[in-house]
Amino acid sequence: MSTLQAPAPSGQTPAARPATFAQALNTALADALTADDAVVVFGEDVGTLGGVFRITDGLTQRFGRTRCFDTPLAESGIAGMAVGMAMNRMRPVIEMQFDAFAYPAFEQIASHIAKMHNRTRGAVTLPIVIRIPYAGGIGGVEHHCDSSEAYYAHTPGLKVFTPATVEDAYLMLREAIDSDDPVVFFEPKKLYWSKAPVDLAELRDRYENRAPERREGRAVVARTGQDATILTYGPSVPTALAAAAAAEAEGRSLEVVDLRSIVPFDDETVAASVRRTGRVVVVAEAPGFASVAAEIVARVQERCFHSLAAPVRRVTGFDIPYPSPKLEEYYLPSVDRILDAVDDLQWED
Amino acid sequence: MSQTVETPEDPILRASQTFGITPEQYMLPARGEIRMVDPTGRLLPAEEQGTEPGHEYPLPAGDVLLGAYEKLVVGRRVNDQNSALVRQGRMAVYPSSHGQEACQVAAALCLKEGDWLFPTYRDTVAVMTKGVRPLDVMSIFRGEWHGGYDPHEHHVGIQSTPLTTQLLHAVGVAHAAKLRGEDTVVLAMCGDGATSEGDFHEALNFAAVFKLPVVFFVQNNGYAISVPLSQQSAAPSLAHKAVGYGMAGERVDGNDLVALLATLGRAVDLARSESEPLLVEAHTYRMQAHTNADDATRYRDDAEVQEWIAKDPVTRMRAYLAGEGLLDDAAEQRIAAAAEDVAAALRDGMNADVQVDPRELFRHVYTEQTPQLAEQEQILAAELAREETAP
Repeated sequence: MSTLQAPAPSGQTPAARPATFAQALNTALADALTADDAVVVFGEDVGTLGGVFRITDGLTQRFGRTRCFDTPLAESGIAGMAVGMAMNRMRPVIEMQFDAFAYPAFEQIASHIAKMHNRTRGAVTLPIVIRIPYAGGIGGVEHHCDSSEAYYAHTPGLKVFTPATVEDAYLMLREAIDSDDPVVFFEPKKLYWSKAPVDLAELRDRYENRAPERREGRAVVARTGQDATILTYGPSVPTALAAAAAAEAEGRSLEVVDLRSIVPFDDETVAASVRRTGRVVVVAEAPGFASVAAEIVARVQERCFHSLAAPVRRVTGFDIPYPSPKLEEYYLPSVDRILDAVDDLQWED
Repeated sequence: MSQTVETPEDPILRASQTFGITPEQYMLPARGEIRMVDPTGRLLPAEEQGTEPGHEYPLPAGDVLLGAYEKLVVGRRVNDQNSALVRQGRMAVYPSSHGQEACQVAAALCLKEGDWLFPTYRDTVAVMTKGVRPLDVMSIFRGEWHGGYDPHEHHVGIQSTPLTTQLLHAVGVAHAAKLRGEDTVVLAMCGDGATSEGDFHEALNFAAVFKLPVVFFVQNNGYAISVPLSQQSAAPSLAHKAVGYGMAGERVDGNDLVALLATLGRAVDLARSESEPLLVEAHTYRMQAHTNADDATRYRDDAEVQEWIAKDPVTRMRAYLAGEGLLDDAAEQRIAAAAEDVAAALRDGMNADVQVDPRELFRHVYTEQTPQLAEQEQILAAELAREETAP
């Protein structure tokens, strides 16, 4: 049964029923398929099975095999075929089953998906969404937990989104599908089963009747605070919020900014927060060297140097291949590690 | 199985019923390459054309052949004009298809207007034969922009240098067309070296599994820059690769424009009527180096080059048409003049200094400029303004 058609538990209205991150993505795909005949969903196991994470659950049954279909097991083929389909007036949403499985498709993504618009001087647009379940925290084996966002963020021509909330899972996927530019859409695997009291039908109405104000490419302040800013995204947002809650108990008020979109980057929201608090910790799960976190630090010091009361600190994964399940707790940015970094921000008290 | 017996239009079943061959025998290429006109311009009798049961090809009509010959002569002239422009410093690089023009012309001419062509960087002549202005095709090589034409205008993919990636784009265009119920055929070109790339496998496999009307056209010119075919593939022929994907493959003399038009024409017709992919391998030769940066004498000897001069597609086609009474001196002069006109327009266009606005660098990265690119454009604009006001 499709998650879309799952009955509401008795005694609850659908509006009151909490939705999972995965359900929000599934509903966003279904709504996009309904809204636009040009949208097609394909990849490995996305059809009959509904995807290994069930994000495409029920789509083939509901929309047929021309709209959501399985492909041969070949990531370059999936990405390369998406190029041609987009050139021929479709809006492909493709799934790379796991982060590291996308590497065979990297040539198609970096050399063609990212560049076709530029190469043709704007004559060809490629409205392709590349969904990549990413990052760790689920006890996955090797090649199933990479944070590969820096590769894509470093490639001009690609937008890079990563939602951290159930609401954003829905809204940002709809935005990605409606974008005329290719979007690499990173889904934090460990958040798939997170829940929030979100009414997906209401979100659909809100999205489809949305105000002209732009959300795409904008960061949000996930928690307001006065003393320091945590800049983070994707799977690290809940950890940063937990750290902010713990800091509050110790009398320190931390602001948490969820970047949402790595490309384009919302310098405005970031700088406004940093200038107000004067202290910054950047939190991300990927290895820190040459990372998105490194880019954020550089941008902050370029724009906000005179507002800073302390050097910007980073809490990232170590510069090692993603560790085995029994060791990943030592690798992932933790609440304690974030609080330690906050303590290092040269407080006067 | 009973259902397939009732569909004699299926070329595999028709062939197997008529000739008593298996589907695998049908999908395998004929024992030799298909050739209709020999290097002296003689039309070969049917039994010498390399065909065998299930592999018959009709001779294209005289007016089709004469029209194709004109494109062949123009293509040769453009190749040689571009090579001259490289020597004159008007272009950094030009990968000439001198010697391969019959493949180039046939690839474009076998398609209908709405069909798509996906070329490689060496397929300038095919692209212009499909309708793109020669000057626009050249912008990638003269260094003005990475691509110079709108792929939608003539249904021609943009030329680029990574190998084989375009075959998957061709598959995608065909898949989109099929999902919408359109009967578009896509012809995707690649070279012999490209068949070693992973995307070659993925493209053929996708096209076969999804039953897409794609003709994969391999121009086997014997070398991937310097590496000969013997070090590229151990297959009996590149066309033999097709059967492994469940599609038909065929070999054709790549310097015989008549055979190319017949073979590719039938492949395109079959792709359209059966919605199935096919693989055609043409045996041809790149008479010049890979590009002007390459020294072909390091990996092939002059005797080999001389051997191929005798097989030149232009002289062969001219001899055949003259022998058949389809080409007289007047027609020859008209065609030569047409080729000169194209070359002159190309020369004039290439000699004109095109001014590219540097600020355009920031305009086509995304459909909407990001704030970061807007900032970077401002930096460059300020630099340009300073240059303009500098004494």
